[in-house]
Amino acid sequence: MTRKKSLAAPLLLGVALVAALYAVVLVHAAGESLLAATLLVITGVAAWVYLSPRMYAYRYLFPGIAAAAVFVVFPMLYTISIGFTNHSSRNLLTFERATQYLLDETVDVEGSALQFTLHADGTQFRVRLQDPKAQTSYVSGPLALTNAVPRQLPAEAADVPTAEPVALREVIARQAALKALTFVLPDQRKVRMSGLRQFSSVEALYERRADGTLLNRRTGDVLTPNARTGFYQTSAGTAVQPGYRVGVGFDNYRRIFTEPAFREPFARIFAWTVSFSALTVLFATALGMLLAALFSWEALRFRGAYQVLLFLPYAVPGFISILVFRGLFNNNFGEINLILDALFGIRPAWFSDPTLAKLMLLIVNVWLGYPYMMVVCMGLIRAIPPELYEASAVAGAGPLTNFFRITLPLIIRPLTPLLIAAFAFNFNNFVLISLLTGGRPDFLDTSVPAGTTDLLVSYTYRIAFEDSGQQFGLAAAISTVIFLMVAAISLVQIRFARIAREEAR
Amino acid sequence: MAVVLARSHRWRVLLAHLFLVLLVAAVIFPFLMILSISLRPGNFATGSIIPESISLEHWKLALGFSTIAADGRLVQPTFPVMTWLWNSVKVAALTGLVTLLLSTTAAYAFARMKFRGKQASLTGLMLLQMFPAVLALVAIYAIFDRIGNVFPAFGINSHWALLLAYSGGIALHVWTIKGYFDTIPIEIEEAAKVDGATPWQAFRLVLLPMAVPILMVVFLLAFIGAIIEYPVASILLNEQSQLTLAVGSKLFLYAQRFLWGDFAAAAILSGLPITAVFILAQRWMIAGLTAGGLKG
Repeated sequence: MTRKKSLAAPLLLGVALVAALYAVVLVHAAGESLLAATLLVITGVAAWVYLSPRMYAYRYLFPGIAAAAVFVVFPMLYTISIGFTNHSSRNLLTFERATQYLLDETVDVEGSALQFTLHADGTQFRVRLQDPKAQTSYVSGPLALTNAVPRQLPAEAADVPTAEPVALREVIARQAALKALTFVLPDQRKVRMSGLRQFSSVEALYERRADGTLLNRRTGDVLTPNARTGFYQTSAGTAVQPGYRVGVGFDNYRRIFTEPAFREPFARIFAWTVSFSALTVLFATALGMLLAALFSWEALRFRGAYQVLLFLPYAVPGFISILVFRGLFNNNFGEINLILDALFGIRPAWFSDPTLAKLMLLIVNVWLGYPYMMVVCMGLIRAIPPELYEASAVAGAGPLTNFFRITLPLIIRPLTPLLIAAFAFNFNNFVLISLLTGGRPDFLDTSVPAGTTDLLVSYTYRIAFEDSGQQFGLAAAISTVIFLMVAAISLVQIRFARIAREEAR
Repeated sequence: MAVVLARSHRWRVLLAHLFLVLLVAAVIFPFLMILSISLRPGNFATGSIIPESISLEHWKLALGFSTIAADGRLVQPTFPVMTWLWNSVKVAALTGLVTLLLSTTAAYAFARMKFRGKQASLTGLMLLQMFPAVLALVAIYAIFDRIGNVFPAFGINSHWALLLAYSGGIALHVWTIKGYFDTIPIEIEEAAKVDGATPWQAFRLVLLPMAVPILMVVFLLAFIGAIIEYPVASILLNEQSQLTLAVGSKLFLYAQRFLWGDFAAAAILSGLPITAVFILAQRWMIAGLTAGGLKG
């Protein structure tokens, strides 16, 4: 068995390496050189790790670490780098792609039109082009016309009497495949489809010049690439679509922190993000701790049943609970408003009033979050030596004294790192905001989409994916700012966790 | 233990019960409500918690059957809930397997081998999981958009892309499994090595069979994590037939088309099994971890 294995492993490795290298070639050919380089590096490291005996331990580590590096670390670094560009729906392409796009723009040469008919030839088709002035015809070879692959094909001067031309709808059905074809006539003229019934000679609109500028053949104007704005511009200074991605340095950060149109919503959303996380942690912990203290009280019966029922919000998938609340809180059809209406005659506008929307978010989030705190606190309270309570009972202390003098001081230290982690989690609680309010109701006085209940993460999401401008660069810059905040919170958390560990010793 | 009870004690117990009952009512209210809504006809609230007439229309629609409405129209299911559930289960099961494969091998190296950068990589893994994927959504979208230009099977709208995006989240699981391996005495593997086993054989034939409980737990945790994941799935998937439950369920509750009853049935249908799996995992987790502790 061992013998067979020693043969199979190198074989498998070889196949995998060849496949990976083939993928690298494919990716590079498709013009994604950054992606190709990344793949090549991973393949190289993999080959090194699995071929060198000195790297034996890393063979076990490599798959996991590589996955974490590629799909967790790399996206973070990539986010940071996007934050320094103008990547958006206006500046979507790479410079090369944008240049190629302009160079591919063609204009029909006037008076060059050839009449075009399509003829069936078995299951395939032949293209027949007729020059109305010279009275000559050209016919292509048989073509399948099933996919739109750009190709150059010869067409020969001949007038093979083929079948009758096919109906126009057949031409329309194969338009994409036909449009991809360029025929080279015997006199080296190149013609392309320019209408349903005609092919024309085409020429490129722009000509690339040695200094990187593009000459417009029609107007004689010169397009210069502008590396600051990410557009080619005419001599008059107008930008020409499509734009391309360029580095803009700290421009995005400048916008976030100095331009009032961005600074204002950022400051308000930051303030709400902090208060939302802090209040959630405060209320959820208070409720969870109270319940844990109650459940440690032996005089209370049915504790097990209460515990199971009160644990439920934690076990049900969050996205379902949140959507259930979205329906229950609905202004018009929601059951909560039906009950409030029947009892007090009020119908609060949970989704359109900013204060009520925030209140609703807190209620739902405390509902979702207290069971975790309850379970954690129960564990911590169980670890408190019972002698302490016996001593305090002898001294005649009541339950409140017990709680504030014994329970709370003893569990707050080990609890602090968890509270900070909960704060960090809610700081980035995208799912709750996205599924419950979507950030709405929106501020009315901002140019970017920003809502009164938006957290910083949902704000970046809206800038990147919901706004028509798709300002990926700006969104990535805000994400980078959040990275720094999360890192700061984590540092504090690690510090407190260390203190808690050292005290436990 | 003879303790003299004050008269106020009984009042306190009563108060505590009152508080707990009210709280349980508040916690259970949404669950009862959603059950009632799923069983009553129509998509609008009628105001009674116990439905006056029971209708199974929402359940039929959620299961993918068409129903006949009150006015005789044939009502087709608005959304392919079963397809979404299948998509979710498929992606989550594969994610669980891949996570297991990647994190078990890494945990073995961390628990049993000596190599340079061990402590640093362990700490690095711990730090990693503090930064949620939601912060890198822009980059994740851009990366898979670009990959899709070359390999459409791994681009936007592909479940493979989602699987790849999830496969990086192994940090916590590596720590969990390593913790369990640490409790298993190394002598058994060393005995196997004395008998001529390679490290790989010691790992696969000796250590892994002993670690089955923790592998189950990690699989279930990764499975649940993938099923309830929303942000990454919401940007990578946008074709209706490709959505997972977490992304698709949202579509029921738009202001213009508020399919409350249909949502309720779909929510119970998909929520119940996931909740059951979670409670199971929770129980196994405690059992698995204590079993490991006893051995050590």
